[in-house]
Amino acid sequence: MSNPASLTADAPDATPGDAWTPPSKGKVGMACLILAESAIFIIFVVAYLFYLGRDTSGPKPGEVLELPILNSICLLSSSVTITLAVRALERGLPRAFLGCWAATIALGGWFLAGTALEWRTLIVKHGLTLQTNLFGTTFYSLVGLHACHVIVGLAMLGIVAALAVAGTVRRAHAPRLEVLAWYWHFVDVVWIVVFTVVYVIGR
Amino acid sequence: MKTVSAAIPRTPAAESAPVGKTWLEIVHSWVITVDHKKLGLMYILYGLLFFVVAGLEATLMRLQLAFPNNTFLSPQVFNQLFTLHGTTMVFLVGMPILFGFANYLVPLMIGARDLAFPRLNAFGFWLSAFGGFLLYFSLIGGMGMTGAGSAPDVGWFAYSPLTAKAFSRGHSTDYWILGILVGGFGSIATAANLVTTILCMRCRGMTLGRMPLLVWLNLVMCGMVLMVISPLTAAQIMLLLDRFLGAHFFDTQAGGSAVLWQHFFWIFGHPEVYVLILPGFAFASEIIPVFSRKAIFGYPVMVGATVAIAFVSFGVWAHHMFTVGMTAVGNTFFAISTMLVGVPTGIKIFNWIGTMWGGKIRLATPMLFCIAFLFQFLIAGLTGIMLAVVPFDWQLSDSYFVVAHFHFVLVGALLFTIFAAIYYWFPKATGRRLSETLGKWHFWVFLIGFHMTFDTMHLPGLLGMPRRIYTYEAGRGWDLWNLICTVGVAFQGVGVLIFVFNLLRSLFKGAPAGPDPWDAWTLEWATTSPPPEYNFAEPPVVRSRRPLWDLKHPTDPDWKYE
Amino acid sequence: MPTASTANVLSRPVLSPGMLSSAVTLAAGSSLLGAVPDPALVPSIFRPESVPADSIHQLSLFVLAVTAGIFLVVFGLIAYATWRFRQRPGDDGREPAQIYGSNPVEAAWTIVPLIIVVVLSLATARVLHEVQNAPMPPSALEVEVVGHQWWWEIRYPKLGIVTANELHVPVSSPADRRPTYLDLRSADVIHSFWVPRLAGKTDLVPGRRNRLWIEPRRAGLFLGQCAEYCGTQHAKMLLRVIVHTPEDFERWVQSQRAAPGPVPDTVAPGRRVFEQTACVNCHALDGTIADGRFGPDLTHLMSRDTLGAGAAANSRDNLREWIRRPDRFKPGVLMPAMNLSDTQLDQLVDYLVTLR
Repeated sequence: MSNPASLTADAPDATPGDAWTPPSKGKVGMACLILAESAIFIIFVVAYLFYLGRDTSGPKPGEVLELPILNSICLLSSSVTITLAVRALERGLPRAFLGCWAATIALGGWFLAGTALEWRTLIVKHGLTLQTNLFGTTFYSLVGLHACHVIVGLAMLGIVAALAVAGTVRRAHAPRLEVLAWYWHFVDVVWIVVFTVVYVIGR
Repeated sequence: MKTVSAAIPRTPAAESAPVGKTWLEIVHSWVITVDHKKLGLMYILYGLLFFVVAGLEATLMRLQLAFPNNTFLSPQVFNQLFTLHGTTMVFLVGMPILFGFANYLVPLMIGARDLAFPRLNAFGFWLSAFGGFLLYFSLIGGMGMTGAGSAPDVGWFAYSPLTAKAFSRGHSTDYWILGILVGGFGSIATAANLVTTILCMRCRGMTLGRMPLLVWLNLVMCGMVLMVISPLTAAQIMLLLDRFLGAHFFDTQAGGSAVLWQHFFWIFGHPEVYVLILPGFAFASEIIPVFSRKAIFGYPVMVGATVAIAFVSFGVWAHHMFTVGMTAVGNTFFAISTMLVGVPTGIKIFNWIGTMWGGKIRLATPMLFCIAFLFQFLIAGLTGIMLAVVPFDWQLSDSYFVVAHFHFVLVGALLFTIFAAIYYWFPKATGRRLSETLGKWHFWVFLIGFHMTFDTMHLPGLLGMPRRIYTYEAGRGWDLWNLICTVGVAFQGVGVLIFVFNLLRSLFKGAPAGPDPWDAWTLEWATTSPPPEYNFAEPPVVRSRRPLWDLKHPTDPDWKYE
Repeated sequence: MPTASTANVLSRPVLSPGMLSSAVTLAAGSSLLGAVPDPALVPSIFRPESVPADSIHQLSLFVLAVTAGIFLVVFGLIAYATWRFRQRPGDDGREPAQIYGSNPVEAAWTIVPLIIVVVLSLATARVLHEVQNAPMPPSALEVEVVGHQWWWEIRYPKLGIVTANELHVPVSSPADRRPTYLDLRSADVIHSFWVPRLAGKTDLVPGRRNRLWIEPRRAGLFLGQCAEYCGTQHAKMLLRVIVHTPEDFERWVQSQRAAPGPVPDTVAPGRRVFEQTACVNCHALDGTIADGRFGPDLTHLMSRDTLGAGAAANSRDNLREWIRRPDRFKPGVLMPAMNLSDTQLDQLVDYLVTLR
């Protein structure tokens, strides 16, 4: 059964330009997720800025924070490697893809390890915990929220890596991996904001 | 009146009739479904069930408040009731019903087969359902160490530091937090799904400027949800950290700020009420034109006003905080922004009237509910303007005047449009018509009850009665008005009973509806009632905002004028 | 000074469940028979008796007039459109002319609302500033109000007075201005001070100091209550503001500042009960060892109209019952039952009623 006459594609006076390529569902969906996640981070950043300088006791940011330069370089470089990985897959170079993908995971893992070491110093040497004061509360929650997103990202990257090793990742999957790369870029952009707010402005 | 029934594809009977399926198989098919129509109906049913629950909660409260110094309910129970009533109505009734309608209608109206991510759709539904379960599980599981708790009793906006561990012992507050947190993730998932569907899956010829207004309004609403639920999620995570890990976000004893919770909550809370009302506007924007037999007046302005409302609504939140002690400059800013958001809203009312003007209005049940919506939303908007006038708000805030105002918005405007939508689209979803006679009884009885309760409710507020009190002193001039408010509930209850009876009876014995019982113009009426699982045999192609008008009026199609 | 009619309001005996039905009937009957409450005690926002409440009242009348005008116009349009353009019986079934919009009409109904918004904004800003930023004159009385769950601590720092739940202030006149400026704070959660006939409400937020001022023009009793949900007994955190003539206010101040006299021998056992029970941990009482801050100061207990921030009238019997089981008047109240024997209770009450 076909549709009524003028509701079909071969209607005589369908205006030109009606056919267009709609945007990719994956990208729009990921953009929506990024929008929602950005809003959550913005609230934590606002809380951090609101409470800056309002502590009457406990360690202050300037006293205990050091610029995490190496960590940041690792994380931001991982954005470059993931882009290279996706391009490699688009061009049908599976080994280059896997190599860059693994580099991304390694760099992200290094970032996490660096953050963990930083926290260990803060807790053990400076006695700064979530409960210590307002700075402790807002610092650990903001940086921790970001770290959680890195962990989730690494998990997804790891799954893809496992699938790639098993040989099931093909060139046609490149658009989906690009969507995943968008998430990873988002995590990096959030880090730039967190870095600026916590380590540059805050100190 | 021309019909197009000859051209609509007839679905073979075997496709829709569940012949030979056992009850278990039918239930199973609903539980595992990823079909947007089934999920939409499940969302709506879920919302209607909780509507009855929250309505009973309200009835109990009104019984307690009917007389001064009443002892029908203890303060502990009353405080739990108003917390549950508000939380349930917003998160377990409003959001599900509206997402349910969007789920059902959007793909049909844009000529698509399903949402962009069907499995995510199912996930979002079950997540939202689980959130509701968590909230009500608190009735059994809320007991904490000291035996305190049970259902949450901190009010639906849960101000700090009342929600701190020190003042809210037990786990009741934690169930409030977790139930809404989980439901919030479901909302974000569904909103992302709908935005992607609308932007990526419209049929050929349907540019953004040719989408039905319902689709536009849902697009804007879902965009808002993405930005608006997150502040609440963030604040609730902070509250959980405070309560369980000793953080100090809202811990006033340690330098935390109680007002910060209010800012975060209302940055969510105010746009949230626009999130709730925009789909109500969507229903009115589809129903009023069809029953006035005219195209919507000022389609581009309606779209523009919607986007304006969305933008401005992000800048009005502190009008809930005029008594907190902000500076005069801060108070003035939010007064002005709040009044400004009334302008695009007013424009919409005028456009609906403009649609009716010069038309041929058919006073069927959906249209009756929409006309009452116009009247009641007007009043709600005007009391809102009063609340925007800061010094006036210093008297009216936190009184029964505010309770009357927001019930005018949520019941008088939103619920009435939801009723209209159910009467309008029930035939499409089930293939049967609801009874017009019972519909009119429902309308008039509920209308009387609504006005008896909520018109009157403004008065105790003006006479100094604060909200959230389980009882009040006699002799303050509040007694008679409270009694009248309570009597009105009986009428509303009867109205709802008539409605439920109508729904159930028509499911089995309603007159067959056919594909287009209302002689309407949007794509959902171009397929059978109920639609087959794939919606359309072939993806439609459209040339205007009212494709079925073009079909029915080939000599006078819309695309010549748009 | 409280008027005679207030005694009726407050001397209602404690409602037991058994009395519910008769109370219901009584209330229903009196409501239906149109029993009118004493208008002076109705806390209506439209009967202001104080300068800031006056300003708000005038603004509110203006706003009501504007919104009433808008309502009449728009409601008129809706009603007219529904009636005039309804489908008549015997209609030919042809569709009416399809009008898609009109730019001039849209412009008109955008510009007119914008003008209304500008007007209302200006009026709002003016009154807002006038009330919120009113400078405190030197003749002002300064009072600190600290909100507790579920009572009001009221202190007059410059007069050395501490009391609870009742705010006593002098009346003010334009020639001899004596406004009262309240410094609002909270010991626990958020509360809100609302006495509608005297001022708009302002919240008491822990960790913050808010300011509210009243300038009553007439002596009398004004009722209010907490207006921000603060827990189980938010409903019974009532407020009484007693506005005195200047002479009466002086008398009140002197009586509140007076140190308690020597304790008569007959009530010495009661005082011993008080000092040896946990009362002293929560309450303060001049002349004894009690200096607790969790509950109200009891030095001039019998000078107040009510117990439990309005939960019961302040009488000997109610006081006894309150101490025996505070939960009966105010379920969920934070004062525990003291588990005193009948003798101890009688002795204690004998002592407490001497505290004027």
